[in-house]
Amino acid sequence: MTTQEAIYKYALRLGDNSLILGHRLSELCSRGPILEEDLALTNISLDMIGRTQALLKYAAEIEGKGKTEDDLAYRRPENNYYNNLITEQPNGDFAHTITRQLFISVFEYLFYSQLEKSKDETLSAIAKKTVKEIKYHMQHATDWTIRLGDGTEESHKRMQKAVNDLWMYTGELFEMDEVDTLLFREGISADLIPIKAQWQNDIKIILIEATLTLPEDSFMQTGSKQGIHTENLGHILAEMQYLQRAYPDAKW
Amino acid sequence: MYNEHSDAHFQMRIDKGEHIEAKDYMPENYRKHLIRQISQHANSEVIGMQPEGNWITRAPSLRAKQILLAKIQDEGGHGLYLYCAAETLGVSRVELIENLHEGKAKYSNIFNYPALNWADIGAIGWLVDGAAIVNQVSLQRTSYGPYSRAMVRICKEESFHQRQGYEIMAKMMKGTKDQQAMAQDAMNRWWWPALMMFGPHDTDSPHSSDAVKWKIKRETNDELRQKFIDKTIPQAELIGLKVPDGKIKLNEKTGHYTIGEINWEEFYRVIAGHGPCNKQRMEHHIKFHEEGAWVRKAAVAHKQKHLKKELQTV
Repeated sequence: MTTQEAIYKYALRLGDNSLILGHRLSELCSRGPILEEDLALTNISLDMIGRTQALLKYAAEIEGKGKTEDDLAYRRPENNYYNNLITEQPNGDFAHTITRQLFISVFEYLFYSQLEKSKDETLSAIAKKTVKEIKYHMQHATDWTIRLGDGTEESHKRMQKAVNDLWMYTGELFEMDEVDTLLFREGISADLIPIKAQWQNDIKIILIEATLTLPEDSFMQTGSKQGIHTENLGHILAEMQYLQRAYPDAKW
Repeated sequence: MYNEHSDAHFQMRIDKGEHIEAKDYMPENYRKHLIRQISQHANSEVIGMQPEGNWITRAPSLRAKQILLAKIQDEGGHGLYLYCAAETLGVSRVELIENLHEGKAKYSNIFNYPALNWADIGAIGWLVDGAAIVNQVSLQRTSYGPYSRAMVRICKEESFHQRQGYEIMAKMMKGTKDQQAMAQDAMNRWWWPALMMFGPHDTDSPHSSDAVKWKIKRETNDELRQKFIDKTIPQAELIGLKVPDGKIKLNEKTGHYTIGEINWEEFYRVIAGHGPCNKQRMEHHIKFHEEGAWVRKAAVAHKQKHLKKELQTV
């Protein structure tokens, strides 16, 4: 694998993460528990789709086959998607939406803070912009986790269930494959090992404040870095890619 | 003796063109009329998120998805500050939403129509927001201060929405045959309901007379509708869309278009609850409001716990 090929895969992977989570959040439009949350969730979704545009555009440039960011977003089959499994998990109840966001935002904050220092100028520039946005996403998710964890008996129960349900998808966030190690050696990618320790610590502090229990580590689901997904992704893509697939000659 | 709390004094202020503010004296019917109108407006913004939201997950490009997300977010924001404007009149958001759910408060009839193809997103922006702007531009001069100021803010964003809607339509009319057919189909379905958004003819409008006297309403339904028609028909022609009305004529002398007869039977039928989506829109809103109840309850419980803790440490 050349460095360019690795950067392509890396940018694609990051772009897929924000594309799929952004899509999931966009499903919540007009479905929030209160109007203010409708706005907040749409806003986070908007940040994510904006980030996707920058990352997939860069991936397309690196690939050098004349594709656009939309070609990459709307014309790839399921097993060519590399988003983490947690991003494609259903919104569930608000506790699941918030917990998914908490796990991902805390990770992304640590991750993109490191990526700011990347020797790749484009990735570094995207990371700088992204970190500012993620700070808000993380604050939002943290506040709600504490509020719901330490709210009523029902909200506490729901939050604990969401934490338990989603825990098995968190291990994958820190897996390093050939792409990661190659780019790390060249000072381009982030090192996921120290991020993992920091993430576990940060999440623990938040969950304790929320009076929630950190689950015991059990088997962690894996596969996305090889393009193997949960059943959810196929449905997301069927919906998302509908117009592009049904009218391949049309420009939108 | 001179009385600042009299209807005569109030009317004098209105006639002088002054804004009425939340704490000023106002006749009870003025207050009621405003609550009804502003809450209907707020509800419309919020219910309007549904037909557009129906296409967010199928938006055909990243750019289209971003624009649509931003637009719907704007609509939600409009709803929020219109609810706040209504609250200045002494009613709470909880009550306003209850009234909506119980059918006591209305929302714009237009959202009882379905968004069936991607061009509907264009048509909603161009025709529905376009019609709304004509009304809202006029409402910037409405006599109630908080409502007037909300309108100034809303108009800025709505004109952006209208442009993006028109852009979608123009793009599709330049596109493949399928895209052109979608655009025309959307035009056919949204044109007449958009004209109905201005309400019945002036001669049949039950709320108009007081509203005009109090300068809540600055122009009549028919005047506003005519403005919209005159503005929109040339825009349609420019991109090759056919207006679905065989009776359209331009009166060279007045510069105004005349149109065929609006189907008022349909208008009243949809208002009475028999539009294609009345039931669906309301059930959606009630369902997610109810599903969110535990979240709202938890937020209050959390706040109270922490207030208690703070008080104990003082």
